[in-house]
Amino acid sequence: MAAPILRIANLDVRFSTPDGEVHAVRNAGLEVGPGECLGVVGESGSGKSQLFLGAIGLLAQNGRATGSVEYRGEEILGAPLKTLNRLRGSKITMIFQDPLTSLTPHMRVGAQIVEGLQLHQRLPRDEAEKRALEVLELVRIPEGRRRMRQYPHELSGGMRQRVMIAMAMVCGPDLLIADEPTTALDVTVQADILDIMRDLKAELNTSVVLVSHDMGVIAGMADRVLVMRRGEIVESGPVDEVYHRPRHEYTKMLLAAVPRLDRDGPRPEPAARSATAKAVLAVDDLRVSFPVRTGWRTRLLRAVDGVSFTLAEGETLGVVGESGCGKSTLARAVLSLIARSGGRVVWLGRDLDGVRQSELRKLRKDFQIVFQDPLASLDPRMTVGESIAEPLRALQPHLAPAEVTARVRRMMDLVGLESQWINRYPHEFSGGQNQRVGVARAMIVEPRLVICDEAVSALDASIQSQIIALIRDLQSAFAMSLIFISHDLSVVHQIAHRVMVLYLGRVVEMAGRDAIYDDPRHPYTRALVSAVPIPDPALERAKTRVRIGHDPPSPLDTRAGLLFLKSRIVDDPDAEQYRPKLIEVAPGHFVAEHDAGFT
Amino acid sequence: MTTYALRRILGAIPTLLVIITLAFFMMRLAPGGPFDSQRRLPPEIEHNVEVAYHLDRPVYQQYLLYVGGLARGDFGPSYRSKDFTVAQLIADGLPVSAELGVLAIALALVMGTALGITAALNQNRLSDHAIMSAAMFGITIPTFVTAPLLTLVFGVYGVRVFGFDISLPVGGWNGGQLRNLILPVAVLALPQIAIIARLVRGSMIEVLHSNYIRTARAKGLSSGRIVMRHALRAAMLPLVSYLGPAVAQLVTGSLIVEQIFGLPGIGRYFVLAAINRDYTLVLGVVIFYAAIIILLNILADLLYTVLDPRVSYRT
Amino acid sequence: MIAGGVTKEGAALMRKAQDVQGRSLWVDAWRRLLRNRAAMVSIVLLFVIAAMAILAPWISGYSYRAVDYGLISCAPDWWPGGDSYCRAGGTHWFGTDSIGRDLFVRVLYGARVSLAVGLVATAVSLLIGVAYGATAGYLGGRIDALMMRVVDVLYALPFIFFVIILMVLFNRNFFLLFIAIGAIEWLTMARIVRGQTLSIKQKEFIEAARAGGVGTWGIIVRHIIPNVLGPVIVYVTLTIPAVILSESFLSFLGLGIQEPLTSWGVLIADGTNQMETAPWLVVFPAGFMALTLFCFNFIGDGLRDALDPKDR
Repeated sequence: MAAPILRIANLDVRFSTPDGEVHAVRNAGLEVGPGECLGVVGESGSGKSQLFLGAIGLLAQNGRATGSVEYRGEEILGAPLKTLNRLRGSKITMIFQDPLTSLTPHMRVGAQIVEGLQLHQRLPRDEAEKRALEVLELVRIPEGRRRMRQYPHELSGGMRQRVMIAMAMVCGPDLLIADEPTTALDVTVQADILDIMRDLKAELNTSVVLVSHDMGVIAGMADRVLVMRRGEIVESGPVDEVYHRPRHEYTKMLLAAVPRLDRDGPRPEPAARSATAKAVLAVDDLRVSFPVRTGWRTRLLRAVDGVSFTLAEGETLGVVGESGCGKSTLARAVLSLIARSGGRVVWLGRDLDGVRQSELRKLRKDFQIVFQDPLASLDPRMTVGESIAEPLRALQPHLAPAEVTARVRRMMDLVGLESQWINRYPHEFSGGQNQRVGVARAMIVEPRLVICDEAVSALDASIQSQIIALIRDLQSAFAMSLIFISHDLSVVHQIAHRVMVLYLGRVVEMAGRDAIYDDPRHPYTRALVSAVPIPDPALERAKTRVRIGHDPPSPLDTRAGLLFLKSRIVDDPDAEQYRPKLIEVAPGHFVAEHDAGFT
Repeated sequence: MTTYALRRILGAIPTLLVIITLAFFMMRLAPGGPFDSQRRLPPEIEHNVEVAYHLDRPVYQQYLLYVGGLARGDFGPSYRSKDFTVAQLIADGLPVSAELGVLAIALALVMGTALGITAALNQNRLSDHAIMSAAMFGITIPTFVTAPLLTLVFGVYGVRVFGFDISLPVGGWNGGQLRNLILPVAVLALPQIAIIARLVRGSMIEVLHSNYIRTARAKGLSSGRIVMRHALRAAMLPLVSYLGPAVAQLVTGSLIVEQIFGLPGIGRYFVLAAINRDYTLVLGVVIFYAAIIILLNILADLLYTVLDPRVSYRT
Repeated sequence: MIAGGVTKEGAALMRKAQDVQGRSLWVDAWRRLLRNRAAMVSIVLLFVIAAMAILAPWISGYSYRAVDYGLISCAPDWWPGGDSYCRAGGTHWFGTDSIGRDLFVRVLYGARVSLAVGLVATAVSLLIGVAYGATAGYLGGRIDALMMRVVDVLYALPFIFFVIILMVLFNRNFFLLFIAIGAIEWLTMARIVRGQTLSIKQKEFIEAARAGGVGTWGIIVRHIIPNVLGPVIVYVTLTIPAVILSESFLSFLGLGIQEPLTSWGVLIADGTNQMETAPWLVVFPAGFMALTLFCFNFIGDGLRDALDPKDR
């Protein structure tokens, strides 16, 4: 190997906190060669981000890094700020997870890109701008001149991350450190960003450090991989080696925990879905819209725009879609937590529209919800026991306190929590434990329908699989029906019997689990399925992607719904548009009408 | 932008009307006030009042005529000093009060911001602790203690620095000479300097912890550039929101300062009017100040939209 | 499997006595506050001042209104300055004022009034502010917009002027003073409570409670109030000094408490008149007031740091 660009040895990162010292990175050592992509993978709290922030002197104020960091043989750890500033932004650049908060909100995009050029290369303003335009083209931002005059909040998430990349690449760095660059993005946008990074790396021969929790993302990009756990590097090696012949137990566990689309992992128990299984829930043409003020007028944002489906007893329906597709709104509308603007929800033959508030509260015993953020969905000032007991107290007020406590304890055992922890508070638990509390709270009234709204999205992969296993076990124990909402197709793959794909508030495809993944018909579904990264280097690199080719349009524009049926568009952003019909292409497989041009 | 400003100004009119109404009817309730039939006044003023407030008409007409007069800048006659209208008295005191106020707020902004940024950049170091302790003093020690204290030190005892007499006059306007201004402006500005320094320190620390500052550091920018170009503007936003209340507090403070230093400003007239029960002057001053505070609040909001591109001024 | 009465197994579970005791956020905050030296010293000092104010008649043998024309503006015996001042004699610890009343007792009586105004007016503002803010925040929508519009209107007023007018019109009624000052301070309280309520209302745990069948009242009592409490407590401790300051301000202008009763503002106003000849007349009341305000501010800042979830 040629002389490394970056060499880190014996690096320790410590944070002093009011509750004592946190040793975030222990004795880390690594090298990054020229033109190489090093993938760094680990779960939350593994210290993978802090390792590199520490290496280039960007730790928070209470952080301290010790050891040795050499850039092209020059020691930079503890070097004067002046030396660091010469390298940072010029030779070593970095992009971060959340592109919205990582860009200065009150500066125009152009000014932020040009700034580095003016500083490091002493280019006059017009030349710097010309160079910035070239880079914007490189990261595939059309209309660069106009974009440079915009503010970050005026751009979409994917566009912002491209600006971040442009900012990092504009000075022609030797080393790009990308810290979870696609975690905050939708899966199709993530795939675009990764494409751009891959091309840039090949074109400019920049070394890249890619830090990610996602085994799939790393598989597609990295030449070598480091696996981190609790601040330590537990395994490192060439990407094929690590993925196909992992040595450390932790790596093996990580790889096993990742849900995979390309392989049959755990399958959902076959549901009793047949002509005889009775439908417990029927949703017909459900609509939810919110008034949104734009300028002088108020327009309707159709968050859910005519969704219909049925759900049988014991069945799991997966609902998949990217941010803003209306999946969470759908969940809340079905549960009558927010007002519906149209359509019907029929629960056990009873139309919920005719039900009064007081009666609805009693009906809540039958349907419960598990939320995305385990910590936010628990009242921080209540013990977990009180939180779990709450629905029981509200819905079955006749129960004696002792009986409530006994049931809470049993439920805690059932979801894998020690029942002596009944008096603990959420902040004393980990994310996974808190999500078990959330599941326990939903299950304690023995509901017949549970909606899981991104219930595992905030968790690490290893915890994800545990929670999914737990939900599946409880489902078969109680014969519940389940609506499982997620942006992550591979998670839904593990649990759903049928899958519904939402795009801008409408169903674009609905089919059985295997049909959706093996035989997607709608172009959007195909793009979605093909964008999911596969944690296998060979497969991920050989994969061909279906692209939609542009960022999602504004949901306020009525034309947006016809993105895949352009032939029927009436060219007026406010006109009432044609509504694509769902066509049954195979038994139980429905696809929304779309133009033939999409493959 | 212009339409937004216009809309805000139009929207302020009902607010002002509510205040005028409130003030007007409070005056009506006042025992011995202009609307009390038991009042005893010198005949010249009695006549003025009767004419000015149309006391022969029904209440609602009196009210409407008063509002109509206000719209033309007519605040009615003074209730105590004959030969003067309220508008004349306000116009008399305004230059003094305005000069004091503008100088004090300018001083407070400059000093407060500078101290706040210094403290934020040296968080938890000696200079930070020193500035914040001083700020605590500034907030807790009332104006009417600092004013006599400074008077004592600089005026009465006289301070000599390197043999130079830097003693200052303890009162009087003297045509607005700088020497006469220093003490009152300093006293007026002190608590505001303290509040602004605390405010700016807090918001600056928060901004410096934000992700985009980390990005700026990753770009290799110098600390000075990071503060000036990336942090300052966002850190100033809470300060802009505070401008409205700050002006209101300065107005309140000027009551004391003008009293202690014997300055012929509106505040002094107001206190005298309140003690002498010059109801019409009190009413006029309240409405006048309310209008100014509302206007400055609107200006502060406009400034906010200019500083923060994320706030759309359409709503 | 879960339903049914208390089974043997269930009873056994309940008997398990070795439950882990959790640490609530309140306990956490309390521990953090205990570690804050400035706040703890302030709490002790405030207790001392309050106790002295309450016990004033028993601490000193002098009455707050007993005039002694033989001892006009006399310095305490220990006051430096040689022969330039007359001396008040042994038990006038703080000297005497311009009509020979004992300053020590008067400062403590001033503390009574100032602290009472601070507490009562803050209570008034707390009551109005919390009720108003919580209602607006929880109901939301148009009612919220209207209610907050009212607050905005009142905010635009130079409110101290209104208090002055009130005091002028209604002859410096002691009670009116409480209410008038409380009426200034409730605006900010209402804004804080509303803001907190709005942000808590959007939290997922509120939605979870609704999904669990908890009614509106249950949500307000069990979830919203406990979570709003923290910032309110902080603001209350910062409102008390602001109120004390407002009262002294009015008294200083001669529009507050009337003789022979007194407050720190009145004492300071009197003292400044004789500052050159009898500095102790301003030093003691001003010192006591500043100390009290310091204490409240330190406690407020300490509470804010202790309760602030940011560092968690």
